Amino acid sequence: MTTTDLGGRATPPAAGPGAGSLRRGRGRRGSGGAPGGGGGIAPYLFLAPYLIVFGLFVLAPSVYVIWISLHDWDFLLPGKPFVGLRNYINMFQGGTVTSGPFWQAMEATGKFVLFSVPLLVAIPLAVAVVLNQKFPGRNFFRAAFFAPYVLGVAVVGILWAFLLDPNIGLVNYYLNKIGIDNVPWTTQTPWVWAALVGPTVWWTLGFNTVIYLAGLQDIPRELYEAAKVDGANRWQQFRNVTLPGLRPVLVFVITITILASANVFGQPYLITEGRPGFETRSAIMYIGQEGLREFRMGNAAAASFILTLCLIVISVGVFVLFRERRER
Amino acid sequence: MATATETRPPATQARQPVGGGTKGPSLASRLGSYTGLLLLTVLFVSPLLFMVTTSFKTNFEAAQPTWIPKDPTTENYTFIFNATQTPVLRWFANSLIAAAAQAALIVITASMAAYALARMEFPGKRLITALVIATIFIPPIVLLIPNYVIVAELGWLDSLTAVIVPGVGGAFGVFFLRQFFVSLPMELEEAARLDGATRWQIFYKVILPLSKPALATLALLSFLTNWNDFLWPLYVLFSPERLTIQPGLSTMQSAFTTDYATIMVGGVIASVPVLILFVIAQRFIIEGVSRSGLKG
Repeated sequence: MTTTDLGGRATPPAAGPGAGSLRRGRGRRGSGGAPGGGGGIAPYLFLAPYLIVFGLFVLAPSVYVIWISLHDWDFLLPGKPFVGLRNYINMFQGGTVTSGPFWQAMEATGKFVLFSVPLLVAIPLAVAVVLNQKFPGRNFFRAAFFAPYVLGVAVVGILWAFLLDPNIGLVNYYLNKIGIDNVPWTTQTPWVWAALVGPTVWWTLGFNTVIYLAGLQDIPRELYEAAKVDGANRWQQFRNVTLPGLRPVLVFVITITILASANVFGQPYLITEGRPGFETRSAIMYIGQEGLREFRMGNAAAASFILTLCLIVISVGVFVLFRERRER
Repeated sequence: MATATETRPPATQARQPVGGGTKGPSLASRLGSYTGLLLLTVLFVSPLLFMVTTSFKTNFEAAQPTWIPKDPTTENYTFIFNATQTPVLRWFANSLIAAAAQAALIVITASMAAYALARMEFPGKRLITALVIATIFIPPIVLLIPNYVIVAELGWLDSLTAVIVPGVGGAFGVFFLRQFFVSLPMELEEAARLDGATRWQIFYKVILPLSKPALATLALLSFLTNWNDFLWPLYVLFSPERLTIQPGLSTMQSAFTTDYATIMVGGVIASVPVLILFVIAQRFIIEGVSRSGLKG
């Protein structure tokens, strides 16, 4: 692992930090290292501040979570007995205290993904295709649609809890005007799902739109011109030029949208508060409640590990699905 | 995906090729598009406007769907600024400190690490790069429980340190900047080497000044992310005076239930800085997001 100094001179690695260089004035202090050498400890000093935080709060906890999940880990009790896989087995056995609520939360998360992802993939695509045309004001529209995304989920949550308030909310007010009775958006199925999905679309539509727009700009214009020469109408252009050209971006958007939706927390926490009963309590709400309110961290760690495995399987699944289609 | 996009130009230069799309739709379809876009814009902007106007309504009027307060008042603001259990201004200051501190830490640590990974050769480089890449695929939720335990062990619970430091370990900044550094011309660095500059001098005096747009974008995105973070501060902060603004909104919602005029004051205060940043630095934010998004 020698690296070349100026003029292609090799720096012997054994000679210490930058010892191969004759020209250094103050390089001995390591942070300098050899100019052009890069050997020695300089790279590690550059990396150290980040790696310390990375190791402590990313690397260590990704292993620690498994360790915690193998214990009956009550945060408030001194004893944290090792229980092996019992936390996991409990999750998969019907009739235990944890399996019911956990799978109910997983089901709620699954439903939210199912309801939100198609909308979050399709609507921004339509918006992006329209915004990709050249017309005055397109940057204004792009900014307007993107604006809600810069808000935190807590703002989105309290705002829509207000707008969707069954009694004095603005949404029901306008529905009343066209002759529809008050809808219990935040308390009853199926309305609660609309109360979670609608604000989520409002909040993140701009994000997906912007990603699509970047992808659309990478499609060569000549392809559209060629399609027009062949007499393709706009729908055919979309089908045969836009969609294929956008495939990698589409796969990416679908994947990150599924992941984002599966991590839903703020919306059900603030808008529906899990109602009715625990029907809209998401997996992350369950993990937070179980682990950081009830302090049954072993269960919560096992739950978050299972959720993570599900997410990995889904991402890989989406990838494989789309890759196979491409090969056909 | 990261490698495929490495050749992309850095964020600032990517601005020019706008609107490579189709051209010349008919007038009718153009009018249709405009109408649709305008309707959608109204739908997107009006909730925010309603939040603002509601915050200036009396309690009584907040239950009515007026768009402009008949009797505008700042009483909700004065009330909430003096409420001891919901010290919104304090939360605002806490959020400002936390977001600024974390943005600064991320820019410093990530730029140093990214420089090493982009421009130096050393044993272990591939391993470290692979490890950092791998963590991009770890859903943050899996870190929630163990990080709570770690932060508790460090004695950071219920302190701003808990919402400042752990997020600095995220891989995003390192990747974002590494991609940028790789795209910088090597000649500049070589010229500095000829002059006998040390690694640190090259980094500090050549690389960083050239990277100002990228550093600014990263700082901005980091600030926004930390400002908007809800889940983590909700659990690691508990004392009313220690909260940041986002979990504070949840506290306000429980405290004032249907007193929406007061709750909307919280919403406005939590939104003002990010909306101002968005208006000022819209391009940086949107392009930073779309680029980082594509990086995968």
